[in-house]
Amino acid sequence: MAKITFITSDEETITLEGTSGSVMALAVDNGIPGIDGDCGGVCSCATCHVHVAPEDMEKTGSASEIETDMLELDDNADEYSRLCCQIDITDAIDGVVLKVAK
Amino acid sequence: MKKSEFPDPFENTRESKGYGEMDDQDDPVTMLLRHKDVRKSAHNYKTFQSGATPGRIVIPSEVNIRETRQIPFEVDPPVHGIYRALVEPWFKRPLQPEYQEKLAEQIANIVDEVLQEDSVEVVTDFALKLQSRALTLLLNTPFSESETWISWGTHVFRSEGEALDGDKANILYNYIDAEIERASKNPTGDMYSILLDSEFEGRKLTKEEVKGVMVLTFAGGRDTVINAVTNAIAYLAEHPESLERLRKEPEITGKTVEEMIRYFSPLTQMGRVVTEDTFVCEHAAKADTRVSLCWASANRDAKVFENPNEIVMDRKINPHVGFGFSHHNCLGATHARQIMKILLQTLAEKVGSFEIFDCKENIEDLHHFKRKVGFHSINMKFNPLTK
Ligand code: FES
Repeated sequence: MAKITFITSDEETITLEGTSGSVMALAVDNGIPGIDGDCGGVCSCATCHVHVAPEDMEKTGSASEIETDMLELDDNADEYSRLCCQIDITDAIDGVVLKVAK
Repeated sequence: MKKSEFPDPFENTRESKGYGEMDDQDDPVTMLLRHKDVRKSAHNYKTFQSGATPGRIVIPSEVNIRETRQIPFEVDPPVHGIYRALVEPWFKRPLQPEYQEKLAEQIANIVDEVLQEDSVEVVTDFALKLQSRALTLLLNTPFSESETWISWGTHVFRSEGEALDGDKANILYNYIDAEIERASKNPTGDMYSILLDSEFEGRKLTKEEVKGVMVLTFAGGRDTVINAVTNAIAYLAEHPESLERLRKEPEITGKTVEEMIRYFSPLTQMGRVVTEDTFVCEHAAKADTRVSLCWASANRDAKVFENPNEIVMDRKINPHVGFGFSHHNCLGATHARQIMKILLQTLAEKVGSFEIFDCKENIEDLHHFKRKVGFHSINMKFNPLTK
């Protein structure tokens, strides 16, 4: 089980617990504002963009090439950007803090 | 060749040159064929603009049959963003459970209807009906309006022979004008009324602006949805194992929808007008000429997609551009995705198999390229699932 904290664009902090699936699915199921997950997690919509807290990057890993390509055109993207549909929930990411980009 | 196979006519040109050329009513188009170029140019609204003469970014061009600017489609940022924010919540309603329940009921009814028939022409007797009925949900108008839209036939703008048909377009424009008048006199909770009541920079939207949004909503979601629905059914008819898989692994349905959108690419391309002399694929693109973002070609780019010419139902990474890309990505995508998802679920639940009797392919003539985009007609039988 992993605890995942989202900080929305309104600075609201929401912590959720998950055991499997993607971070995007967890966020959508719990109505986290700013994470729409339009494409269902296949990396085609970028409506699941988050900034990982720098100290948590080790846990989540950095973006894959396809993610980077997708994010490259987003003015808001930086080296901590991830599409959270590409982050699987496992014990390894317990405690991460994600700032919702939108 | 299987009837549900959709060849990629762009492959050689995409790999060798990266761009194609086509003529369109004396306003030629440089077609961008590579995934990377298509996405980059879609994002670069300053050099590749949408806010040109109304109708010019559509291919074939509609400048001669339309004066109304489609909104937010033919507006560039930053104003585009204001309009988009205004209409976006309305177009996200398909995410609501009540909306999905109604849509599921509509789709179940239409599938039950065709299961009774010995032969069904899927384009007219299934896809057009489904699209029109579902549009009553998106517009929040009475169900009976769908009868009128069905009576218009499969194309709002195009008639047989592919020529642009101004008379047909007028049917739509006159209808929309009348509906806007009706809603302004007697507002209801429908889309016309909601738009008429919307604020844009401290004033109400004008009737012309409302018309611009409505024309986009009608035109953008007609052929595209009809082709996606019809092609999906043709595919399942020829791939019974895929229908079986949807039954056994319903959790892949969402991914299958995305994959079908990629593979079928119901909208082949969208144009932009070049605002300054530039280069695309080392080819000069002069100011005031047109380029097109060829979604259909980008979606088969082997640099991005493994086995691009196959439907991989559970393709995990699928950065397709079937709904466009960046600022102007498809406003109706939420509605379209729900239609496709519920359609696949319902077919898996109710249909055991299909038989295709005959069909007439719909081939777009893009000058040097001929692209199969769907069917003019396809006669089939739907056999019920017997457990
Ligand atoms: S949900 Fe679409 S890219 Fe992540």
